[in-house]
Amino acid sequence: MMYLEFEKPIEDLEKELEKLKEVAEKSKVDVSKSVEELEAKILEERTKLYTNLTPWQKVMVSRHPERPYTLAYLEYITKGTFMELHGDRTVGDDKAMVGGFGEIEGRTVMFIGQQKGINTKMRQIRRFGMANPEGYRKALRLMKMAEKFNKPIVTLIDTPGAYPGLEAEERGQGEAIARNLLEMAQLKVPVICIIIGEGASGGALGIGIGDKVLMLENSWYSVISPENCSTILWRTWDFKEKAAEALKLTAEDMSKNHLVDGIIEEPIGGAHAHKEEMFERVKQRIILELEGLDKKTPQQRIDERIEKFCAMGVTEEIED
Amino acid sequence: MGWFKRIKEGITTSTKEKKETPEGLWYKCPSCKKISTSDDHVKNKYVCTDCGYHERIGSAEYFEIIFDDNVFTELDENLISSDPLEFTDTKKYTDRLRDSIKKTGLNDALRSAHGKVNGNDLVICCMDFNFIGGSMGSVVGEKISRAIDYSLKTKTPLMIISKSGGARMMEAAFSLMQMAKTSAKLSLMDRAGIPYISLLTDPTTGGVTASYAMLGDLNISEPGSLIGFAGPRVVKETIGKDLPKGFQTAEFVLEHGFLDKIIPRTELKEKLSQILRMFKN
Repeated sequence: MMYLEFEKPIEDLEKELEKLKEVAEKSKVDVSKSVEELEAKILEERTKLYTNLTPWQKVMVSRHPERPYTLAYLEYITKGTFMELHGDRTVGDDKAMVGGFGEIEGRTVMFIGQQKGINTKMRQIRRFGMANPEGYRKALRLMKMAEKFNKPIVTLIDTPGAYPGLEAEERGQGEAIARNLLEMAQLKVPVICIIIGEGASGGALGIGIGDKVLMLENSWYSVISPENCSTILWRTWDFKEKAAEALKLTAEDMSKNHLVDGIIEEPIGGAHAHKEEMFERVKQRIILELEGLDKKTPQQRIDERIEKFCAMGVTEEIED
Repeated sequence: MGWFKRIKEGITTSTKEKKETPEGLWYKCPSCKKISTSDDHVKNKYVCTDCGYHERIGSAEYFEIIFDDNVFTELDENLISSDPLEFTDTKKYTDRLRDSIKKTGLNDALRSAHGKVNGNDLVICCMDFNFIGGSMGSVVGEKISRAIDYSLKTKTPLMIISKSGGARMMEAAFSLMQMAKTSAKLSLMDRAGIPYISLLTDPTTGGVTASYAMLGDLNISEPGSLIGFAGPRVVKETIGKDLPKGFQTAEFVLEHGFLDKIIPRTELKEKLSQILRMFKN
């Protein structure tokens, strides 16, 4: 288990617990009562920490190296039936974006999501979950196929942004994202989008136009990362905590501002601490939301989807 | 203590570039340094008569260049930004807004209007770069959204003139969602079959490129405009080497297939009315 900076108190307690168990093993003394006490204390400490996370701490949890990524969710949710489909039929196959059919309780769903690498080599291949234009175009191709065969779409969002590379610009990163926004608004099938980690800017939004947009409790979603925001507005990285607060990027704030439709709570200690429980919660929520969306006609869903996004924004009218 | 003290500054400008240019009367091209009278410069649509450099201009100038006799009806002109997040960086967002309104005489970074182009009806939304870098916040999104409603209702073609650094950070996710909002609304134009022309001018980057600017039935631009998703500095940092010459210019974007045409501003009105005529007849 890896610990984040602010988890130091938990780390210390866990170490203490380990030592205690070791001693008990060696000396054959019954310490079960102390172990129990310590475990209770850890849970208490963890609960205390995790119910009072600052926005910046949530950003750190969302990037925890052991936090599960898209494919881990899909493997569990579809009970191993997820079948990855590759390529945008034009340029290539973007490894930062994955997609394909999978079954959830016997029903076929099109799953799409950014994928971060699980080790150094894979992180490079998957460009840390930053998709190229062909990634967005693959996503659109798969969404169109889902629409053709009347299958609902679930996207899992986890990206520090669209890839800002030279080839990405040559191949029209802006156009690729823009096209997805327009086309997703008009998809006839139900679309559920879930931010499972980082939701940075247009790179996240590019697969984020849904009937239901949900956020995991410790994920974040905004127009820019706190670090980059700090760099631009304060001209240094040092204000990232302050930027994280100012951006109102947590699930709670985003929900309060009606910019997302709901929150999926994480187990105490974050998604990485109890992965299977997290997967199960996401799965149950998908099933629940699909049930609701199935009751509507395609046109109803499209109208409501467009209306929802058009209601976002705060303006004032002044007198002449 | 020196013996001599220089009271007068020496000549600091090179002789070649030294020209008297009183404010208002003359225009000096920042690209080729040629001088022309302001009158000639305006008559030439703010394009250098010598090297063709396109000066950045705002909505007032574009409306005057495009609309017949500068006659138009402005839409939703009284919309201003509020501060939903109570955002403060080095300055309060509300103060920043107030200062920008005062400085530019504009209410936000986009104006929309309905007028005629050689007799053809057209709704134009035009961004103003002077207003917080032409950044896209709630007002920009809402005005575009309402202009599209107006276009749909009156079946009038729409043109959006983009000139923007991207999203307005002080509105954070509200700003991000304007990309979704404008694109969703454009999907209605798309389905209704009403022409939408996107004019990308210098500069068009970030969230604006990744939403309405790239979604025109026709995407057109002015020569030399910077157009991209990521800013050139960010791309340079990513690849760790210098960018090729001409990277992210309108000419580059055209070559890569994302623009239909590059039209010099001096020909804009004529070409535009031809496009509108051809869509109509």
